[in-house]
Amino acid sequence: MAIRVVMPKLSDTMTEGVVIQWHKHEGDRVESGDTLAEIETDKAVMDLEAFGSGTLRKILVPDQSTVPAGQLIAVIAAPDEDITPLLAEAGKAPQPTAQPTTPPSATPTPKPRGPTAQPPSDLATKPPAVEVKASPLARRMAEEAGLDLAMITPTGPGGRVVKEDVEQALAARKAAPAAAVPAYEARPMSQIRKTIARKMIQSKAPVPHFYVTNEIDMERALTMKAELADRQAPIKVTITDMIVRALAITLTRFSQFNASFQDDAIRYHQSIHIGVAGLIVPVIRDCQRKGLIQIAEEARLLFERAKTRRLQPDEYTGATFSLSNLGMEDVEHFSAIITPPEAAVLAIGKIAQRPVVVDGRVAVRRRMMTTISCDHRVVDGLQAAKFLQALKHELEEPTGLLLP
Amino acid sequence: MPELLYREALNQALREEMRRDPRIFLMGEEVGFYNGAFKVSKGLLDEFGVRRVIDTPITEAGFTGVGIGAALVGLRPIIEMMTFNFAILALDQIVNNAVKIRYMSGGQLAVPIVIRGPGGPSRQLGAQHSQSLESLFCHIAGLSVVAPATPRDAKGLLKSAIRQNNPIIFIEGQELYSTKGDVPDGDYTIPIGRAEIKREGTDVTVIAWSKMLLLALRAAEQLARDGISAEVIDLRTLKPVDYDTLLGSVRKTGRAVIVEEGWEFCGLGAQIATDLYRRAFDAFDAPVERVTGYDVPMPYARHLEQQALPTAERVIEAVKKTLYR
Repeated sequence: MAIRVVMPKLSDTMTEGVVIQWHKHEGDRVESGDTLAEIETDKAVMDLEAFGSGTLRKILVPDQSTVPAGQLIAVIAAPDEDITPLLAEAGKAPQPTAQPTTPPSATPTPKPRGPTAQPPSDLATKPPAVEVKASPLARRMAEEAGLDLAMITPTGPGGRVVKEDVEQALAARKAAPAAAVPAYEARPMSQIRKTIARKMIQSKAPVPHFYVTNEIDMERALTMKAELADRQAPIKVTITDMIVRALAITLTRFSQFNASFQDDAIRYHQSIHIGVAGLIVPVIRDCQRKGLIQIAEEARLLFERAKTRRLQPDEYTGATFSLSNLGMEDVEHFSAIITPPEAAVLAIGKIAQRPVVVDGRVAVRRRMMTTISCDHRVVDGLQAAKFLQALKHELEEPTGLLLP
Repeated sequence: MPELLYREALNQALREEMRRDPRIFLMGEEVGFYNGAFKVSKGLLDEFGVRRVIDTPITEAGFTGVGIGAALVGLRPIIEMMTFNFAILALDQIVNNAVKIRYMSGGQLAVPIVIRGPGGPSRQLGAQHSQSLESLFCHIAGLSVVAPATPRDAKGLLKSAIRQNNPIIFIEGQELYSTKGDVPDGDYTIPIGRAEIKREGTDVTVIAWSKMLLLALRAAEQLARDGISAEVIDLRTLKPVDYDTLLGSVRKTGRAVIVEEGWEFCGLGAQIATDLYRRAFDAFDAPVERVTGYDVPMPYARHLEQQALPTAERVIEAVKKTLYR
């Protein structure tokens, strides 16, 4: 009995996925549970496992293909089994997009490309040429301008590239600085980049943001961090861990910041799940029940997995509050965009030595700027100011962070 | 410039040409004492007399044949069809004699004849008296077909038609006789075979003739309010088609909509569309759209008649289709 291998739908938001690389070849024997391929969803890279055993008879889409969720991408069957009915089904399915996406490796090394042109990729991995539908005028215009029709987004009926689409592509090319040759390179967006783009628009446009900034003296927190390191605590505690712990304490008191604006009601969440922003946002769950060391330990494991993009969906979704720290990148202070449906996000700048007046005398202190971005539908400025004061207190008198 | 009715402009052309050349005469049903069924020949009998303005029996094949004979012996006849619906009776004379004699005589004989009269559907005249037959004549090898839409073009083109030495079908718009327009004083001609851009535009070329020109201009006006710039071309001469003007426009706009009042199948618009594709394939961003009368005998019932004919809304819809909107 032949087994259909389809692009799995791994989350509600997933409409398509990318086959990054096949790990098996046509003709390979596969056992149930074997990794067939690496696939990229809008959130992470995952292994696609075989649901049954047999011979991998047919691979229907090449590496780097973007495929709608649910589409047949391979067939596992007995070596002599007739799989033509299944292949006929594949013939009717929409063809995978030929645009290769950026490889998701930790250090991407994009090859130089012409403006919006297909990369001169390795022929062996190049997807098969796709017949591009275009109006005669669009075809001529693209040819005259040296544009690859396959790289132009079609808006005409049945995916026909029309004049306006070519003009759009030309305008995009023109918008790039003229001096550089090539003017720019158009790289297809990774699934993660697409998701970020979509989410940020969903946030910044409809959510009325406001920002409140305060400066926190980190002398004692840094001293405590050093002392913990000297005592060889079971795990290295970072400033981020301490801020997460401080946030958990503060959010327990200021529950209105651990909330979501939903239609006509505001939902106040019972658990505090803090997302720590990077390219992908690992979520430390139930922070209200965790001590500093436990937070530090969980954070370290999550960050390591995030780096290799091996997080499970429940490890990067469901945050109730987010933290974005750019301190290590020499940033004084900044404001972050809220990730809906969260009500706020805290942006952290670097800890820097600054001259401050302490007890009537100028002293050098290590301090840190924080800015909270809030959904004004949920909280107001005064509350945000009080929230920052409380957070500041927790970090300036950090003993409390060690209490259970 | 004086403003004249379309029928007055035609009357001027006939009068001025008949004064210029004594070989010219007008013949047809009711052209003399009744001053023409549509008053195009008003006053001509009084001025030129019964030898040059001749009332005939209801015998289209007969008086068309007489006209062809007169042309063969050196006169320059203008044959009026009361409407082009009746010209079908004279088709054998037109198709087999008027058009072919020059060719079959090896150029020894010429037939300088103008066969003119109103064409196109009119209101509630019934299927036999309300139809567009221009495509039928355009199909005949060797026949020129003219269909002016404005009083100025009507006068200038009729003069050109009268002055040329081969048979020509001159279709006046039955519903245009009472339309007004500026007409230059005195003698002028408009060349056969030359279309005119009646409204300049950049987004789409709308090709029309006769009464459909007015429809196209109305549609263009409404489209302008939607920010769509339609270029409207009046074909004026249906055969030979002025492809230079059409191609110039289509190369600019990349789209074309052809509006004709007659039936769709084998209509002139189909011929124009295929010629445009063949000669400017690379120019098109969308398939050519056609707006035509429906392939039915014209209904008598008013609401059905309105349904059967092209409307400005249908033109607008077709334009938007070519623009992918």
